[in-house]
Amino acid sequence: MGRSDNAATRRALRGLARPARPATPLETPDVSIAISLTVNGRAVQASVDPRTLLVQLIREQLQLTGTHVGCDTAQCGACTVQMNGRAVKACSMLALQAQGASITTIEGLAPEGGLHPMQAAFRECHGLQCGFCTPGMVMAAVQLLADNPNASEAEIREGLDGNICRCTGYHNIVKAVQFCQSGQQPAAA
Amino acid sequence: MTDMSQPPNNPNSPIGQPLRRREDQRFLTGAGQYTDDVVLPGQSYGFFLRSPYAHARINGIKLDAAKAAPGVLHIFTGADLAEAKVGGLPCGWLITSKDGTPMKEPAHPALAQGKVRHVGDQVALVVAETYLQARDAAELIEVDYDELAPVIDITTVESAGAAVHDEAPNNVCYDWGHGNKGAVDAAFAAAAHVSRLEFRNNRLIPNAMEPRAANAHYTRHDDAYTLYVTSQNPHVARLLMCAFVLGLPESKVRVVAPDVGGGFGSKIFLYPEEVALVWASKRVGRPIKWTAERGESFLTDAHGRDHATRAELAMDAKGNFLALRVHTIANMGAYLSTFASSVPTILYATLLAGQYKTPAIYAEVKAVFTNTAPVDAYRGAGRPEATYVVERMVETAARDLKMDPAQIRRQNFITSFPYATPVGLTYDTGNYAAHLDKAMQIADVAGYPARKAASAAKGKLRGLGYSCYIEACGLAPSNIAGALGARAGLFEAGEVRVHPTGTVTVFTGSHSHGQGHETTFAQVVAAKLGIAVEAVEIVHGDTGRVPFGMGTYGSRSLAVGGTAIVKAVDKVIAKGKKIAAHLLEAADTDIDFEGGEFKVKGTDKKIPFGQVALTAYVPHNYPLDKLEPGLNENAFYDPTNFTYPSGSYVCEVEVDPETGKTTVAKFVAVDDFGNIVNPMIVAGQVHGGIAQGLGQAMLEGAVYDSGSGQLLNGSYMDYTMPRADDLPSFTVDHTVTPCTHNPLGVKGCGEAGAIGSPPAFINALTDALGVKDIAMPATAEKVWRVANGIA
Repeated sequence: MGRSDNAATRRALRGLARPARPATPLETPDVSIAISLTVNGRAVQASVDPRTLLVQLIREQLQLTGTHVGCDTAQCGACTVQMNGRAVKACSMLALQAQGASITTIEGLAPEGGLHPMQAAFRECHGLQCGFCTPGMVMAAVQLLADNPNASEAEIREGLDGNICRCTGYHNIVKAVQFCQSGQQPAAA
Repeated sequence: MTDMSQPPNNPNSPIGQPLRRREDQRFLTGAGQYTDDVVLPGQSYGFFLRSPYAHARINGIKLDAAKAAPGVLHIFTGADLAEAKVGGLPCGWLITSKDGTPMKEPAHPALAQGKVRHVGDQVALVVAETYLQARDAAELIEVDYDELAPVIDITTVESAGAAVHDEAPNNVCYDWGHGNKGAVDAAFAAAAHVSRLEFRNNRLIPNAMEPRAANAHYTRHDDAYTLYVTSQNPHVARLLMCAFVLGLPESKVRVVAPDVGGGFGSKIFLYPEEVALVWASKRVGRPIKWTAERGESFLTDAHGRDHATRAELAMDAKGNFLALRVHTIANMGAYLSTFASSVPTILYATLLAGQYKTPAIYAEVKAVFTNTAPVDAYRGAGRPEATYVVERMVETAARDLKMDPAQIRRQNFITSFPYATPVGLTYDTGNYAAHLDKAMQIADVAGYPARKAASAAKGKLRGLGYSCYIEACGLAPSNIAGALGARAGLFEAGEVRVHPTGTVTVFTGSHSHGQGHETTFAQVVAAKLGIAVEAVEIVHGDTGRVPFGMGTYGSRSLAVGGTAIVKAVDKVIAKGKKIAAHLLEAADTDIDFEGGEFKVKGTDKKIPFGQVALTAYVPHNYPLDKLEPGLNENAFYDPTNFTYPSGSYVCEVEVDPETGKTTVAKFVAVDDFGNIVNPMIVAGQVHGGIAQGLGQAMLEGAVYDSGSGQLLNGSYMDYTMPRADDLPSFTVDHTVTPCTHNPLGVKGCGEAGAIGSPPAFINALTDALGVKDIAMPATAEKVWRVANGIA
């Protein structure tokens, strides 16, 4: 008779290959909690399971799918949004922690149909390819220049260290941030 | 076909312009639609219970508690698939061993049957109302495992004392040879000098930023399935799934690959989750969505590279290459992934000539099974491994002979074309000295000694490295591929549908997952038809809309997919000429098409493209007796040869011996991609490729524990992805020798950076450190140890 596997062993072993994920409670109390917040300027009321992450609220309940999930360790930054004007990784906080907060996602960064100067700079400089990391990268870049408008190339690279892009090699992302810094207008495309 | 093999000289042509991408508006505003964004009515969610062991026998699976958990709709195991006679996943390329026996092809069930063979192997599919419910329920499944000794180290598989598959008791999938062994042995016997090197090509995890995902939906009214999936080639996925796994007619399965967040090869393959979900969607009666967590991506996306190689280069006394002998062990992982068998053979050994006229080459490749994730094509696929062999050997030879590394390359370059290599390819065109000269000039190699002295004055070590790569792209001539073991055709299809108002929709079998086809292909069509780029819409990624095509990989999209579109456009123009001839009351043969207008030769009589289009659909004055109405053409294109992009890269590094930190001080890439349609997009492809190549050389490498078979760096906290502050800005430039056998004169640019950059970096780093070799990834710790003589 072989060794009987159980959930605890499996979690422990899985830890080797897939670290640092909060354990999932087996007995989920059937409670939902009401939450109200402002998203992209609109008042939102929602009812969430307490373990719901902010990014899940944004993507699944509010159907704002521009905010992406690229990892499970708060490393890739694809889920970056603004909360009360500061960039945060929406995968690493609970929706409940956004109670009463004002959230801006990539969909709300510029008025409908328009582009924020950082979005326009990414387009102008070809700072995106597959587009998956892009919303988070743009949100992080906006924060970067808000904190340090005259960031050098080295400071830009260091400032974007929390966002992973697999397509661009970052070359044109850095160029886009610099273009945005320069205040230039994109040529008509 | 119109000859477009010369660079366009019309400044108004969209070809050659760095047009900003039309897809960017949606990606930048969060309007892109990736697979996980799709939510279907009645959506349910799947979670795959995976093996925690690298190698174990399954004695039994208890599902009762899990089935009773809240929200659970269904749980499936391998037994259910076996009972339903669902087939295993097929391998698309047959390799035959030296002794004439076919490769071993063990079954690859979508859910484990009897045994699990790598950490992450699928054991059960739990379907529930929500993802969290499915994941919670999976914790209640009791699997009774007998743990078995895992086979991990590829250099000792034959004496491992365990077999991953009963069909391959020594864990060898095939033992293959390529080239002229006798000629190579003779050349070595007569050589004045032989350089040798033994190294690993490190195992990489592709890490497209969008994790794999699938959403399968069965609809009763038409007894048909729709699968949304992260795929680079939806038609290939459908064909393999229908013909080999599920036994369904293609007409009953629609595969949609919407916006896909990067692939790099890892989304070519048919994966077990996809077929399990499609099959289960009918049993559950509701759409089932599964999206990999990043940890699952690390464990189950097909990995790349993972070779152990011994190479020898024979030379005469002047450093002229006489023969190359290579022995490689290649890891297949636990199962044969879709194109795994072709990567270390057809896409590897055939490239071992590089840019050089080495007259005799022989390679032996032993492919082995291990208890690790399957290994398959990853950006470059075989060609980076070949380039690493060639360019590391050339560098080693130059150092052994105390020759200038640029000079030894230059004197061995192939200079006349077409050139038939001793490993089975015929290079159509190239000018290797041109890109080496240009790269050396841009990199200011002449000023290098002064920079090295300046580094030394700061206590830093500086090194310079070259890499002159070649690749075979534009996959592939189907007849050649078939003779080499391919079980599929490798043509591409395109359809050009002209609408009554003169706007155009193009349907392509190529797939864009970051490459910008919607822009580049529109530039090509607009240039050919003389219409605005905005008047051309590109549709891809949906088997319900696009013709049967083979998808995007191997830098093939523009060379093969673009050519299919050009052929279809040529048919549109040919038919348009007949319509115009009727309207202009001239003979068909007297009509020219130029700048968007049909003209009668030698007159000022002309008619614009849009009016011809309208006439085709409102045929009131139309030669209905000899011409069908409508303006809608399709074409298939099967290339007559591979394309051969090449380039020269120069890398300069500075090492801080106190910390081991290596800084890439300069990286210059000069590539010959033939003609270029959108130079902005091409440069972006090179940047990304270099970043992945430098990632391989400096940072990345999957580590499996040799005792347990656990993946030790299965997250972004452990696996070192290149980040913005790990990389420099790059200098990229071009030379142009147009491809001679496709109408656009294009060669392909998607993989070059990843192919050329690892040896350029390692050549520079070993130069800085004054050592023969350093293993990839050359992490700061390894560099520090070498720089300080600490083992």
